[in-house]
Amino acid sequence: RRSTMGRAMGLAGLLVGLFLVSAVLVGTSLRHGVPRAEPEPELDLAEWDPASGAFPEDSPWPLPQSLRTFPRQLQLAPDRFQIVHGAGSSAGPACQLLQDAFRRYYEYMFGYSGWRQRGRKGLAAKPELAQLQVVIASPEPGCDGYPQLASSEAYHLTITEPVAVLKADEVWGALRGLETFSQLVHEDDYGSFLVNASEIYDFPRFAHRGILLDTSRHYLPLKSILTNLDAMAFNKFNVLHWHIVDDQSFPYQSIYFPELSNKGAYSYNHIYTPTDVHLVIEYARLRGIRVIPEFDTPGHTQSWGQGQKDLLTPCYSGKQPSGSFGPVNPILNTTYDFMTKFFEEISSVFPDDYIHLGGDEVSFDCWQSNPKVNEFMKKQGFGIDYAKLESYYIQKILDIVSSYNKGYVIWQEVFDNKAQLKPDTVIEVWMANNYVQELSRVTGAGFTAILAAPWYLDYISYGQDWKKYYSVEPLNFLGSEKQKKLVIGGEACLWGEFVDATNLTPRLWPRASAVGERLWSSRNVTDLKDAYKRLSNHRCRML
Amino acid sequence: AGHEQPCGKPCAQLLVSVASPGCDGFPSLDSKESYELSIAEDSLLLSADAVWGALRGLETFSQLVGRDEDGTYYINETEIMDFPRFHHRGLLLDTSRHYLPLRAILQTLDVMAYNKFNVFHWHIVDDPSFPYESVTFPELSRKGAFNAVTHVYTASDVKTVIEYARLRGIRVIAEFDTPGHTLSWGPGAPGLLTPCYLGKNLSGTYGPINPILNSTYEFVTSFFQEVSTVFPDFFLHLGGDEVDFTCWKSNPKIRAFMQEMGFGDDFTKLESFYIQRLLDIISSFGKGYVVWQEVFDNGAKVRPDTIVHVWKENSPPYKQEMAEVTKAGYRALLSAPWYLNHISYGQDWMQAYQVEPLQFEGAPEQKGLVIGGEACMWGEYVDVTNLTPRLW
Repeated sequence: RRSTMGRAMGLAGLLVGLFLVSAVLVGTSLRHGVPRAEPEPELDLAEWDPASGAFPEDSPWPLPQSLRTFPRQLQLAPDRFQIVHGAGSSAGPACQLLQDAFRRYYEYMFGYSGWRQRGRKGLAAKPELAQLQVVIASPEPGCDGYPQLASSEAYHLTITEPVAVLKADEVWGALRGLETFSQLVHEDDYGSFLVNASEIYDFPRFAHRGILLDTSRHYLPLKSILTNLDAMAFNKFNVLHWHIVDDQSFPYQSIYFPELSNKGAYSYNHIYTPTDVHLVIEYARLRGIRVIPEFDTPGHTQSWGQGQKDLLTPCYSGKQPSGSFGPVNPILNTTYDFMTKFFEEISSVFPDDYIHLGGDEVSFDCWQSNPKVNEFMKKQGFGIDYAKLESYYIQKILDIVSSYNKGYVIWQEVFDNKAQLKPDTVIEVWMANNYVQELSRVTGAGFTAILAAPWYLDYISYGQDWKKYYSVEPLNFLGSEKQKKLVIGGEACLWGEFVDATNLTPRLWPRASAVGERLWSSRNVTDLKDAYKRLSNHRCRML
Repeated sequence: AGHEQPCGKPCAQLLVSVASPGCDGFPSLDSKESYELSIAEDSLLLSADAVWGALRGLETFSQLVGRDEDGTYYINETEIMDFPRFHHRGLLLDTSRHYLPLRAILQTLDVMAYNKFNVFHWHIVDDPSFPYESVTFPELSRKGAFNAVTHVYTASDVKTVIEYARLRGIRVIAEFDTPGHTLSWGPGAPGLLTPCYLGKNLSGTYGPINPILNSTYEFVTSFFQEVSTVFPDFFLHLGGDEVDFTCWKSNPKIRAFMQEMGFGDDFTKLESFYIQRLLDIISSFGKGYVVWQEVFDNGAKVRPDTIVHVWKENSPPYKQEMAEVTKAGYRALLSAPWYLNHISYGQDWMQAYQVEPLQFEGAPEQKGLVIGGEACMWGEYVDVTNLTPRLW
C-alpha cells in the first residue's frame, strides 16, 4: 500500500466537498468526479499533486463503467470494519463463496494490520466507514454454483458513511465489486485507512475475458497456477483456458486412462492429479473464474501416443512405417471408442459448460504417407483433400462431446476448413494475419467468436508493449451490429515454449492487465497516458 | 598443500593446492584464474596459482558431480586444464532506474560465480535516483533516492556487496556516471547541475554537471575521494556517455566560458574539458578508470591505461569502434552486442553466444588490447520481480 499525502478536511473541507459534489453532479459524468490536471509529460519522476484531486493510489483497474469519486474521505478502522451480508440479501453466512471472499478482501485491504488490537480510538478527523454491506438481489445468488458465460457480473457500489453498500444480482458481481472496493481503500502517510466517498455502476463490456496457460510445453506447479488465478481476479479476468496437454507432455492424470500421464508426462512429479484439478477448479470458482480445459486434437497429440497405443497415425516412409507418428488416426473405430470414453471423463471432471477441443495446426504429411489412410480417403470420396478428413474427424469428436451436453470452443482452422459445427460453437481466432477479416467471416457465418490473435503475450519484446495490447479494439471489423454482438470476448495467451514457473508471473503481468481493461471497460477508455498512471499504480498494488 | 598421504579408494577428499594464495586480497584485472583439476580413483586434486583459480576450479568440480537414479553421487575420471580467454568478464546492473534490494544483488553475484563472471559493474546512480548513501554528502541520497530510508545502499550494504563479491573472486567496479545522467544528484547538491535557460530566463530545469564552476571540481574532488576509499578496486567507471548539450547551449554563462576558452561552438570540447579535469582528480587518488566510448570519440585526453567501454551498436558500428579504440592504443571492453535488457521472443541467447569479440579489422597486438566484455542489464524495465529470469 502506498500512502498519499492525506489532508484533514474539517468543516470547511466538508462545505467545499458539498460544493464540489454538486459541481461534479452537474459537470463531468462517467469518469473521475474531480476536474483533472493537465496531462503530465511522461517523466519517470512525475510528482503526484493531491491538490489536483486525482488520487492515483485509489484508481481502479480495470476502469469501471461509471465511477464518481468525491473529495470527502472516510476512515476505516481495521479492528472495527466489517464486510457483512446486508439486509434483504438472498445470500447469508451459509454462502461459503462470499464468506471466503469477505475474509480474502479484508486481508488484501488491511494486511496484518487487522491483527493488532488498537484499543485507543484516535482523533476521528474523518467520518468512519463502519461496514461494507453486500446485498445479492437475485433469488438464486449462485453461491454453490459455477460461473457461466451468461452469469451476471454487474454491481453497484455506494461508498458513504456510515455504511457502504455493494449490490449485485449474483455473487459473481459481488466478487467484482469487492475487488473494486479493495482497490479504492488506501493508506495515508500516517497509516490510516481511507476511502473516498464514491458511487460506482459497473459491469463488463465482454462476458468472456480469459487467460490461456500452457502446462504441456512446461509443467506449471500448482502454486504457479493458483497465484495466477489470484492475479486474474485482481484484473477481473473470468476464464482460465487451461491448455493442459500438447505434443511435449501429458500432465493430466486420467482416471480411465492412467497410462496417458504415466507414459506421457515429463515425470511423475510433473502431473496434475484429480485432486490438483479439483483444487484449481474450486480456487477459480471462489474467484468467479471459469475453467475451460483444452484437449487439443487431432494435431498437437504426440504425448498421447506414449500411453495410448494405436491412437496416433503411423507415418510411412515409402512402403514401410517410418517409426514416427502423426496426428490422431481418424480412420479407426478404436480412436472414437477411446475419445468417447476419454471425453466422458473430461465432461464430468470439468464442470464448465464448455470444453475447448483444439483442432489447430494439423499437419497432413503423415496422413498423406499412410496407405490405409489414403484407402479410407478414396472410400469416403475425399479425393486428396485432407481438410475433409480432418473435418470428418472433428465432426465425430464434436458429436461425442455434444452427447455429454457440453458446448465447445475450437480454434479457427476447424471453421476455416468448413467442418459442420453446431450453432452454439465458439470459435477462437488466433492467427495474427488478417484476424480482422476472420472475425468478419466467423461472425458473418453466425458463430460466436473469441479474439486471441493480437494478444499472444508469449511474444515478448523490449519496452512498453502493454500499449499495443491496450490499443486493440476487438470490434474494429466490418460487420453488422448483430455480428459484433457475436464477439463475446477474448483471451491473453501465454504459450509455454519459453515459460515456466521461474518467469511466468513477471512475463504475464502486468502486460495481461492491459487486455483485462480492454475486455472489461467501456470502448472509449483508450487514453494511454491515463492508463499508464493507473496501470503503474495497479502493478504496485498487485505486488 | 602438498600432502603425500594417498587417499583411499574411492578417494574422499578434494585436495586444493594453491601456489601463492592472496586469501585476504582483492581480485584484480591481472589476477590468475587458471587451475588444473585432476580426478582419478585415488586422488582428487585441484591446483591453482592463486585462490581465484581455486574458486573457478571448485565451480567446475561442483558442476562435474552428478547423481544417478539411485541417488548416488558420482564423478567421472577427468583431467582439466583451464584458464579464461578474457580477463574482464563483467555484468552490469543498474540500481538507479529501479532500486534493487541487497538480496537481488547478492543472488546475482552467486549466479555470476556459477558462470565464472569476475566483474560486477555497479551502475549505482543515474538520472532517476541516487541510492548511494554518501558519508561526505548525505544529502545526495536523502534528496535523490526514491526513498531515503528504504531505497538506499548504506555504507554497510556496500561493504557487504564488496566482500560477498570478493569471496567469489568478483571485482566490484562502481560507476558514478558524469557529467550527464546526473539529474538525481541535483536535489542534494544545489549548484552542481547546469541551470537551463529559456531565452533570457531560467527555465527551472537542469542539465548535466556544470563544468565551468570551481565549486563543481571541489565537490567532485571530495566526492570521488570518498568513492576511491570505499571501493577497493583499482578501477572506477566514470561514465561520460550521452551528454546532452542543449542545456549547456542555453546557458549564457556557459556560452561566455566557451568563448573565453576558444571552444567556439564545439561543446564536445567543453565536455572533454570537464572529463579531463575529472580524470586527473581520479588519478590523483591512485585509481585507474573505465569510460564509455564517447569520451574517446570526442577526443578527450585520457591516460594510456584508460579502458574504453564500447556500447553503441551502430554510429559507428561497434566493430569499427573496437578497431579504432585499440588502434589508438587503448584497452577495450565490449558491451554493444550484449545489452540483455533488449529482450525478444525465443532463443536470443544464440545471438549473444555467436558474437566474436575479436572479429574486427586490426593487428594481433590491437586484438590483445581487448580485455573482455560485459553483459548489461539496464533497469528501465527491470526490478527485483523480473531481474533473475530476464538475466539468466
